[in-house]
Amino acid sequence: MSAEAADEPEQTVFQENRRVFVSLLKKSPLYVFGVVFVVLYLGYSAVAGLDPSITGFNPTHTNLAATLRPPSLHYPFGTDDVGRSLFLEVLYGAPIDAGVSLAIILFAFTVGVLSGSVAGYFGGAVDEVIMRITDIFLAFPGLVLAVAIAAALGPGLVNALIAVAVVWWPIYTRIARGETLSAKEHQYVLAAKAVGLSRTRIVLSHIIPNVTTPMIAYATADVGNVIILFSVLGYLGLGAQPPRVDLGRLVYDGQNYIQFAPWYPIIPGLVIFVIVIAFAFVGDLIRDFLDPKMRR
Amino acid sequence: MGLGAFVLRRALLTIPVFFGVTFLTFVISHVVVPDPVLAWAGEKSSPQTIAAIASQYHLNDPLYLQYFYYMSGLFRGDWGISPVTHLPVLQQIETYFPATVELSIAALIISIIIGIPMGVLSALWSGRRLDYPIRVLYLTGVASPPFLLALGFQLLFSFYFKLLPSAGQLSPLLAPPTHITGMYVIDSLLTGNWPDLVSSVRHIILPAFALALLTFSIITRITRSSMLETIGKDFVRTAKAKGLPKRTVTYRHTLRNALTSTVTVIGFAVQLLLSGTIVVETIFFWPGIGYYTTQSILSLDFPSIMGVTVVFTLVVIFTNLVTDLAYGVIDPRVRYE
Repeated sequence: MSAEAADEPEQTVFQENRRVFVSLLKKSPLYVFGVVFVVLYLGYSAVAGLDPSITGFNPTHTNLAATLRPPSLHYPFGTDDVGRSLFLEVLYGAPIDAGVSLAIILFAFTVGVLSGSVAGYFGGAVDEVIMRITDIFLAFPGLVLAVAIAAALGPGLVNALIAVAVVWWPIYTRIARGETLSAKEHQYVLAAKAVGLSRTRIVLSHIIPNVTTPMIAYATADVGNVIILFSVLGYLGLGAQPPRVDLGRLVYDGQNYIQFAPWYPIIPGLVIFVIVIAFAFVGDLIRDFLDPKMRR
Repeated sequence: MGLGAFVLRRALLTIPVFFGVTFLTFVISHVVVPDPVLAWAGEKSSPQTIAAIASQYHLNDPLYLQYFYYMSGLFRGDWGISPVTHLPVLQQIETYFPATVELSIAALIISIIIGIPMGVLSALWSGRRLDYPIRVLYLTGVASPPFLLALGFQLLFSFYFKLLPSAGQLSPLLAPPTHITGMYVIDSLLTGNWPDLVSSVRHIILPAFALALLTFSIITRITRSSMLETIGKDFVRTAKAKGLPKRTVTYRHTLRNALTSTVTVIGFAVQLLLSGTIVVETIFFWPGIGYYTTQSILSLDFPSIMGVTVVFTLVVIFTNLVTDLAYGVIDPRVRYE
């Protein structure tokens, strides 16, 4: 009896969520495109990341009889300077961008939520110290700092990942702190205080869960920004090193052929563009989904 | 708070940021880097050079001493010597700096000229179909990796339509204008060197637009949102209620007030522009700091990379200071926060 009563409201919440989600998807075909593309891309990347050979691309294979061919049925994206199919090369490289970007966002999100909620909730000297450190990182142009770090560590995939991660967390700290400051004023925090919970406990079990929800929409759209920054590092030769390629690296390899084989640098660039746009749409979708105004 | 006190307070606040930022560049260049001596001397240096560089820059001393020498070097203008060109880093930066300033100013002007009207239109047309193309252009600016726009422009306008030059700052057939500021457009204008002026303007168009498309979007977004916010304010309703023409309400009352927030993002726009120059200057062979950066990355010229990091960051700190001060002057409420 009691179990049934508990089940019922949960089901309506679920139904409500599904209703809102479906109505949003119906509202804009761009949202549908975003969701479908992102799901396919991440799913594919997970599989191809575990076993790169399924792309059928062999980085050491060359075909000097078919160099710099324009896009055709056999080579949908054309071929590169040593006759490899650019389509397969993009399929081979794209999972790296997905994996690296998700890892960076996850890192920035975690560091940001922890430091931002502590700064916002504890206030005083703790807040000052955390926010001044954040300010220092934010004073750098992101790409420039990332280039300096990647250059200091030496070119390579892992070092590029570290470089972007170091640059990326401060904005999350700022957002989390702002959210914490507003969450702090709510009744449930006052109630938790009145019950006598410790400050650490309040931050962990009351502040953080309420801070993370609004940040998820931001983080989703932000995957695209990370992909852009990481692709620029790849483009500067500081990302994945051959025989591995990321999408930025493909543009770097192809740019010298822009006059005679424009598809070589342009198509990988367009692929990055489409990925970024798709994540932006999904970010908008999640933002609308979490917006209370959408609920009736 | 009076204006004088506000300016002083805000200026003093940059000091801790300056020390924090330079401390971070010190950590990167002396602690994070696996072998600082080799990095500063160059990978292919002889043992004698390595030893000489190590003692000249005190790279074998304890870290707190190294920090002291690093900071005093920064202040004295001794930013290290490039192992590739064997020239002082600061001297090279001075050579490349004017071209970057010129390109960034051009791009900033373009992005303001495109960004503000688009933000206004997008706010006025909000929710209507006309808003749609603006949002498409805006999304293109936000979602394009910088090299895509630059390569696309180069392909379309230089190689395909052959309208504008694809590389450099001036036609190689012309002698550069007399050096005054180092910015070719301005120098040729000042000296009345018309052929140079035409050529340098033709050369700056493509890279400046490629850069501007990366930054106009944040200007559009902030103008749009602060227009929408201001439209709902009481004084705008009053202006409408007393029967002022729509134009007057939009431009004199709404836009003027909305633009104060646009000023605040100029600092961030400059930050984006500087990052963008690294890619755009490389693609258009524009002889500025960005081009110098990629050359330094390719040749593993570590002191130069660190020099660029410091100089770019100083420019950002300075622009943030100026925009904050401007904001305080335009909107007195800011001074009392």
